[in-house]
Amino acid sequence: MSDAGSLAVGAILLVPALSAALLALLPDDRTAARLNVVATLLTLGSAVVLFAVRPAPGHFLIVDDLNVVFIVLSTFVGSTTSVFSASYIAHELEIGRLAPAYLRFYHAMYQTLMFAMNLALLSNNIGLMWVAVELATLTTVMMVGIYRTAAALEAAWKYFILGSVGIALALFGTILVYLAARSVVGEGLDAMAWSVLVGSAAKFDPALLNLSFVFLLLGYGTKVGLVPLHAWLPDAHAEGPTPISAVLSGLLLNVALFAVLRFKTIMSSNPGALAPGPLMVSLGLLSVLFASFMLYRRHDIKRMFAYSSIEHMGIVTFAFGMGGALANFAGLLHMTLHSLTKSAIFFCVGHIAQVKGTQHMPDIRGLTVSHPLLGWGMVLGVVAIAGLPPMGIFVSEFLIVTSTFARQPALAVVLGLSLLVALGALLLRLNGLAFGDPYGSNEPSKASFVPVFAHFGLVFAAGIWLPPALVAWFQHVAALLS
Amino acid sequence: MDRLSLDIAHLFAGGLVLVSFMLLYQDRMSGLVNTFASHAVVVSLSVAWQAYIQQAPHLYITSAIALVVKAFVIPVALHRIIVRLGIHGTIEPVVGIGQTMLAGIGLVALSILVMLPITAQAGTLAREDLAFSLSVILLGLLMMVSRRNAVSQVIGFMSIENGLILAATGAKGMPLVVEISVAFSILVALIVIGIFLFRIRERFDTVDVHDLDRYRGERP
Repeated sequence: MSDAGSLAVGAILLVPALSAALLALLPDDRTAARLNVVATLLTLGSAVVLFAVRPAPGHFLIVDDLNVVFIVLSTFVGSTTSVFSASYIAHELEIGRLAPAYLRFYHAMYQTLMFAMNLALLSNNIGLMWVAVELATLTTVMMVGIYRTAAALEAAWKYFILGSVGIALALFGTILVYLAARSVVGEGLDAMAWSVLVGSAAKFDPALLNLSFVFLLLGYGTKVGLVPLHAWLPDAHAEGPTPISAVLSGLLLNVALFAVLRFKTIMSSNPGALAPGPLMVSLGLLSVLFASFMLYRRHDIKRMFAYSSIEHMGIVTFAFGMGGALANFAGLLHMTLHSLTKSAIFFCVGHIAQVKGTQHMPDIRGLTVSHPLLGWGMVLGVVAIAGLPPMGIFVSEFLIVTSTFARQPALAVVLGLSLLVALGALLLRLNGLAFGDPYGSNEPSKASFVPVFAHFGLVFAAGIWLPPALVAWFQHVAALLS
Repeated sequence: MDRLSLDIAHLFAGGLVLVSFMLLYQDRMSGLVNTFASHAVVVSLSVAWQAYIQQAPHLYITSAIALVVKAFVIPVALHRIIVRLGIHGTIEPVVGIGQTMLAGIGLVALSILVMLPITAQAGTLAREDLAFSLSVILLGLLMMVSRRNAVSQVIGFMSIENGLILAATGAKGMPLVVEISVAFSILVALIVIGIFLFRIRERFDTVDVHDLDRYRGERP
């Protein structure tokens, strides 16, 4: 059976890699968009296979209970985003914002990004994972700058510099982990393999591990968008093409968080090392607090939801930092639901910005009247992301806040207040966006609503009823993490 | 490992820190690029020496890549960019050179204080190398925050990469994957940077990143 597993793992990596090469050569934009969708669907199919069978861990690749969740989520959002991207890009070509030559580049980069993220998630080698995250950073930098406007170039430059510095710090941390492992495991590939590291972490030198975790948390934390390392995130989200904003928020931040989680597991298996929890809790809480206040003074719609991503990644980091079976479970659930909700919101936002011809919020009004489906999609999205019932994020936020109340009431008060502040900001903006008299351009939209409502459907379903199988799976993973 | 080999290894690593300091006080663009080239030469020598004393022939590849790409190809390209953009004049530091140097000394002291006690078990070779490489990384970061010019920031970033290579080679027996990937990523990164430099020029008529701040898109 393990052969089928290896085949699936191979497909998850090779399909995006090969289609990236193919898409770079393919001149026709419609065929390219379709091929992009087909490739992501194939990858999703192979990812689902991993639930049933999985290969034995090798020197470079591993499939375990933790990364399967991330891979399936990542490939799923990747495939729905490619459907959205097809309709989004068609419009960008029509209005001439994107030249056909750049389109080839865009599709090739999209698949390269998918490849890099899947590789980062599947890697069993901390060096390989670092390379994959670096590749993902470079591809997204290229995509953020693709419109070549002054603002897009500034965003890409800022992202490139901050991302590279972050990634450089992460590499230093990775080297330190290798050094800590070398004296126990011996030289060579074993000293960089997850499966080996976690098992023998108890014997590592605690001082080296402590230092390495600081570098890794700051390095990969830059990619997660934790305050105060978040400066690149709003710009990159606002100025790049919207499908990329969706993938950045929905997936890339998770991949970076996944790396932090892997190293956190190593830290917690060593009794002498610093507890990683408090560090993550403080960075997470700071992000939530900061981002929720920053939501108020936004005028750019994509920028606002980028700050909301910082807020939610803060919540997830906070939950994983608190640790314990319940908080880990809630963190995992929150991360999954945030990915689904935020990418769906960006799908809506992309179409809204296209029909209105602007991202400037004061110029967008009365969407439920002028574009009922888009407008109500937006309402649904904001209700979901603000954590109101009956959507799924309410459940995960409720779990996080209540489990924190039981252990650290003071932290729970801060967290709860920040969530309320964010709720206020989002509802305030939503009121202007969705209701009132329509204003501005009234062009009909040729949006694809399937991805939007597929995501919202899942988030809604999660708020009403979580399948027992899923709950059992997440509980199992949460137990692994704690 | 005999005493002399270690001393020579430390000489190169210490030399790298010294050249990092020299990067901090350059006040002309072309001087900065030349100093960076010597930074790359020192890192290449250091890696070659590590390859010799550790009997790790694959490290010679890393050394050769550092020498060819970072000591020759990139400086030549940067000189061309500087000439084409007409920016070989004075570098505008954010704070004075004196303060920057003082901050740099502080950072080196910090990294030695942090690294030496905790790497006591990691072996003599890795020990000092890690302290030196952390100094190089911190000095590179300092350079990136204390310069406003995009080219200087890129050079600061590449000196950080050199520091990382020093750390990676000092960690004896670290698998090849990482060394090649570091070298490779620098190449890729440079292509990106090259493209960006030209695009920045195309759009702004300046490579002073301070001027980019106008385009934040946050104003109502």
